[in-house]
Amino acid sequence: MSRRGDLMARTSLVALGAFAIMASAITILVVIPKTMMREVRAMPELAPYTEQQLVGRQVYIANGCIYCHSQQIRDPAFTTDVNRGWGSRATVPEDYVHDRPHLLGTMRTGPDLINVGQRLPSVDWHLIHLYDPRAVFEWSTMPAFPFLFEERQPNDVRPGEKVVPIPGPRAPRGVTIVAKPEALALVDYLVSLKRQYPIADSLRAGDRMAIGGGTHGAGGTHD
Amino acid sequence: MSAPDTPRFGSVEAARGRLTLEEVGAIASSRGLAPEDLEVRLRADASSRRAVLALFAVALGWLIIGTIFGDIASIKLHSPDFLTRTSWLTFGRVRTAHLHAVNYGWATAALIGMALWLMPRLVHTELKGVPIAIGGAVLFTIGIAAGIVAVLAGWSDGMEWLEAPRWLAGPFLVIGGGLIGLSLFWTVASRKSEHLYVSVWYILGAFIWFPMLYLVGKWPTYVGVESAAANWFFAHNVLGFWLTALSVGGAYYFIPKVLGRPIYSYQLSIVGFWSLAMFYSLNGMHHLVGGPLPTWMITTSIVASVFMFIPVVATAINLHMTVVGRFGALRYSPTLRFVVLGAFAYTAVSLQGSFTALREVNRVTHFTHWTVAHSHVGAYAFVTFVAFGAMYYIVPRLVGHEWPSERLIRWHFNLVLAGIAIYVVALSWAGVAQGLALLDPATPFQESLRRTLPGLWARTFGGLLLTAGHLVFAYHFWIMVRTPERARRTRPPFHEARPVLYTAEAEAARR
Repeated sequence: MSRRGDLMARTSLVALGAFAIMASAITILVVIPKTMMREVRAMPELAPYTEQQLVGRQVYIANGCIYCHSQQIRDPAFTTDVNRGWGSRATVPEDYVHDRPHLLGTMRTGPDLINVGQRLPSVDWHLIHLYDPRAVFEWSTMPAFPFLFEERQPNDVRPGEKVVPIPGPRAPRGVTIVAKPEALALVDYLVSLKRQYPIADSLRAGDRMAIGGGTHGAGGTHD
Repeated sequence: MSAPDTPRFGSVEAARGRLTLEEVGAIASSRGLAPEDLEVRLRADASSRRAVLALFAVALGWLIIGTIFGDIASIKLHSPDFLTRTSWLTFGRVRTAHLHAVNYGWATAALIGMALWLMPRLVHTELKGVPIAIGGAVLFTIGIAAGIVAVLAGWSDGMEWLEAPRWLAGPFLVIGGGLIGLSLFWTVASRKSEHLYVSVWYILGAFIWFPMLYLVGKWPTYVGVESAAANWFFAHNVLGFWLTALSVGGAYYFIPKVLGRPIYSYQLSIVGFWSLAMFYSLNGMHHLVGGPLPTWMITTSIVASVFMFIPVVATAINLHMTVVGRFGALRYSPTLRFVVLGAFAYTAVSLQGSFTALREVNRVTHFTHWTVAHSHVGAYAFVTFVAFGAMYYIVPRLVGHEWPSERLIRWHFNLVLAGIAIYVVALSWAGVAQGLALLDPATPFQESLRRTLPGLWARTFGGLLLTAGHLVFAYHFWIMVRTPERARRTRPPFHEARPVLYTAEAEAARR
């Protein structure tokens, strides 16, 4: 059975080879890009998140919004994200420099949100929609988030608290809905999501090898 | 005490000194083995027994918990007002708890258990550092449990597949996994075999790769799109280099073992192993096709995904050609049934993955349920089936008697096979319908959602069948371990259906 010259019978060679291959893959897909991304700077139009928005971002993460909502617009030459009205241009690495971690997402059970603040700027709309999505769209399958709100007696609302005006037949009876700070922070984060400012053509170009610019997902086939 | 003509799988008997040397000799000769060879196996099994049984029990606990989380998440996708009052059970948390419980709880624990049993067998020695391995398993389990509770409580690191908080679960996972790895490496280091069987490469590789991946995935300084790259580097490779590596290692052992014939080609297994490492490791960015990353990264991953044909075809030829001509044996051995189907699923899911990475296909399937269906072909029809098959083979050799009920094995197999078939067909179909609707700007968004609903209901039905199958298997495992002495059976299940398996005459007649 034994083969003296069999390299695959040497533990150290198998282990070293396995290590070396993975190390080179890490270099190619993680270390080199990380070095390149140092050159990526935010546009002046892209403000850093405020304290409150960062809290809201954490609420977004905690409740797993990412599992149904993406935050990326792909090139119009490749797909129809722009035609659907989710954004005016493909997003680029510069749009994400304040994001730690990224929330690009991999699922669109719900619509893309990277420009939701542009599309839906109303705080009240978002609060109603979070409390009961089906009060807004009967067809929606988004979870309701009643735990981000409090049910109060109408005479028990303190000044400065945000009352949520739930419309129509789905409005709870006899109680007033008050937004908790988490809900307000989340909505503050959502309405801040806008990546519509114009960008230089040089950032768009598909051959932006040095810094990214991978918006041309379509490669040559759709240009 | 059993008669020599009904050989017991008795590592326990040997360990407890219940078998005399003469009896070992009788069993060995009935199987065409030298008594020393049988003795080596009995000692190997006895050494890993406690650690492996404990890990299998933990794995089954996670399987049940994870399946229930999965059912809840599945129901929520078509009936969103189900269980919305508490934040702990909101979709985004339950779904993540499901992913952690089944991948890092069930599959990981089951495959580590399999590896701890296989390694001493394959290198002809006893498992070294048993207390270290058991301690590691305990720490690892605590880490997974802590991570799941944190996710349910709303404490998440935010990257898919990496949600368990690094500062809470991380130390337990790193130290726990490290200790188990230590025990395995120590075992290999004190090997008495000159040859390293294919499965050993995969197990060694997995225990080198996983810590590297975890370190890269959890590195705390990524900003913006580089965190997306690290995220999908980890999330894709944890399948390829952890779950797949261990499962392929298992398939390479059990298929030839149960059939009693050698693997089809040793050379192909070398090609398969190294090309898997080379190409799979560059696949991750195909989860970001069209995304805001440098084009060269995504293209690299698409090219590597297509190159995956090489390891997949090499492994497929090797595993499938070993079975060709012996499919009848699937009736006899539940292990073979699960592992052979698992190997087919591996071939299918890998080829499907290569095609899905192509831009033309990806623009339909990206951001849809297609991906979820695909991942269940891999994590369930392949990995989980191999784990089931491994457990059907290993547990009798650890407890010293056979599975008590053929009927329960049949129920388990039929339920999970029907369940996963319905799951994958329904959800893949829903995903394509969703993707085509999303691609057409004239179709309103809600239409993309409406068209998935029948598939999502069918997926819940398939999921409930899986749940039933898991409960049957867990119950069977329980009575197997707890069977009173007098009720123990020594004949393998389905022995009456036994086709010609290991005799030299049969092999000659076939040729």
